[in-house]
Amino acid sequence: MSDLLLSVEGLTTEFHLPGFRFTAVDDVSFAVRRGETLGLVGESGSGKSVTAFSLIQLVAPPGRVTAGRVLFGDRDLLALSDAELCRVRGAEIGVVFQEPMAALNPIMRIGAHIVEALEVHGLARGAEARARAIDLLRAVRLSDPERQVDSYPHELSGGMRQRAMLAIALACGPPLLIADEPTTALDVTVQAAMLELLRSLQRESGLGLLLITHDFGVIAEMADRVAVMYAGRIVEQGPVRDVLQSPAHPYTRGLLESMPGGTPGQRLRAIDGTVPSPDARPEGCAFAPRCREARPGCSTVRPREVLLTESRRVTCHLYTGDVPAAADGQAEARA
Amino acid sequence: MTPLLEVAGLSKHFVTRRGWLRPPHTVRAVEDVSFAIAPGETFALVGESGSGKSTTGRCVLRLTEPTSGAVRFDGEDVLAFPPKRLRAARRDMQMVFQDPYTSLNPRMRAGAIVAEPLEIHRVGSSASRRDRVAELLALVGLDAAHMSRYPHEFSGGQRQRLGLARALALEPKFLVADEPVSALDVSIQAQVINLLMDLQARLGLTYLFIAHDLRLVRHIATRVGVMHQGRLVEVGPTAELFERPAHPYTQQLLASIPSLDPDARRRAS
Repeated sequence: MSDLLLSVEGLTTEFHLPGFRFTAVDDVSFAVRRGETLGLVGESGSGKSVTAFSLIQLVAPPGRVTAGRVLFGDRDLLALSDAELCRVRGAEIGVVFQEPMAALNPIMRIGAHIVEALEVHGLARGAEARARAIDLLRAVRLSDPERQVDSYPHELSGGMRQRAMLAIALACGPPLLIADEPTTALDVTVQAAMLELLRSLQRESGLGLLLITHDFGVIAEMADRVAVMYAGRIVEQGPVRDVLQSPAHPYTRGLLESMPGGTPGQRLRAIDGTVPSPDARPEGCAFAPRCREARPGCSTVRPREVLLTESRRVTCHLYTGDVPAAADGQAEARA
Repeated sequence: MTPLLEVAGLSKHFVTRRGWLRPPHTVRAVEDVSFAIAPGETFALVGESGSGKSTTGRCVLRLTEPTSGAVRFDGEDVLAFPPKRLRAARRDMQMVFQDPYTSLNPRMRAGAIVAEPLEIHRVGSSASRRDRVAELLALVGLDAAHMSRYPHEFSGGQRQRLGLARALALEPKFLVADEPVSALDVSIQAQVINLLMDLQARLGLTYLFIAHDLRLVRHIATRVGVMHQGRLVEVGPTAELFERPAHPYTQQLLASIPSLDPDARRRAS
């Protein structure tokens, strides 16, 4: 039996707007294995959340998945009918969103959310469903689950709400959990407890986790492998230790160097410029205008993904060999 | 050295009424907080949401009126200032807000936003004000040609630079920066932090820096105060506080910072 849980190949999601269309997710490929955590990291607008929504076909128009395959078990999720997808969502793939208050129904008790998930997927009903709801709340370490099962979302603190979200997502025992910035809205001490909870649930159940975050600290704590996104593309992916300790892509390097942590009081090594807006992306590498190591052809020739080792891939002309380094004369002319 | 800012026994209580039959409820947002900031220093207040750090910052500038306590700026009692004197004092003490999207008037052009403090305080002629705005935009790394743009035409990082230019317009000595980079992306945060450090060195500014990002605080603060449930539970020089936290809450807070080293990952026992 293969331990591959989810395999995404060439996923592309476009938004068609009047007079312009942009590619939010651009030819993205990655895999999640059983019991593994893949961290998807990037800045706002990099396409990481749209990627997650695309996997389970939750991208709303004018967005549309236009290419790729999402293999989950032996099925391609992109080829399923709406009815089939509904049986996958929640039952086989759980989702936790960043802002629990927006994701929970404010006039439904916490327990009712869980009972609904169990009933929709035909796993339990009535008193039995309620008992399972209480068990699930206990499993996510919500204090006093017998009482909290009847609480409304607004009666819980942010951390408790996020635990309740997790209980709902895990209600049907899905083998894969997608967590989109699950701790971003939480305080650090609450975040630490939530991350520890996710880790222990993974150990107990072999849950595969696709963890979306902008925080390299969370990645270092949680991920087995990491994929770095920039302007819709995965620019680098590999085992978390390798990527964090010897980043290959200039963007990854820049992000890690720009984080405070060196000698206090020293200038940080910032990445110049800003993320290009979707309608102003260069034809070639989207990072080229901000890249310290950019070569003359980088912004016109689109880089392809290169295998550095069996487990590491990078999408950068420093490794593709498609764009020659500037000859000395040219480099001087540019400087 | 005599402190530039001295806060003693500062408290702010909010009274909330929960319907008229129930007794009013008092929230002690800030309770008996005391600290002093020396000229040129960066004093950071850290704590989790609801700890009272922002309220403390606002009380110092009297954007929120404290319930009790004393705030002395340059030896003078800020809380005793009548409105006119307070307005004059605000030339020396300014604020940079967290959210660059809501703290700039969307219907004012960038130039007008930066010029507004100069107009309120009647500084210079309109021509000299225009020159000063251009100078301020250059100081924070914005192009003076962008003066006629509206806030929505700027990125988040640029907006925060604009907010900084406005705060610096009256050449203040002291700046309260409330989470000035937490709404920005990592790659942009570093640019704004560098700018804050450069400006401090060039203009001799003193900062009260309010933040929840402990890694960032360790990088830029000279001294740190840790707030928890409205109280200042620990104050100390940055290196000392991070290496030998004394208060159990500080210890818990520091232990919660995710390490950037996967090998240092906390393993469950």
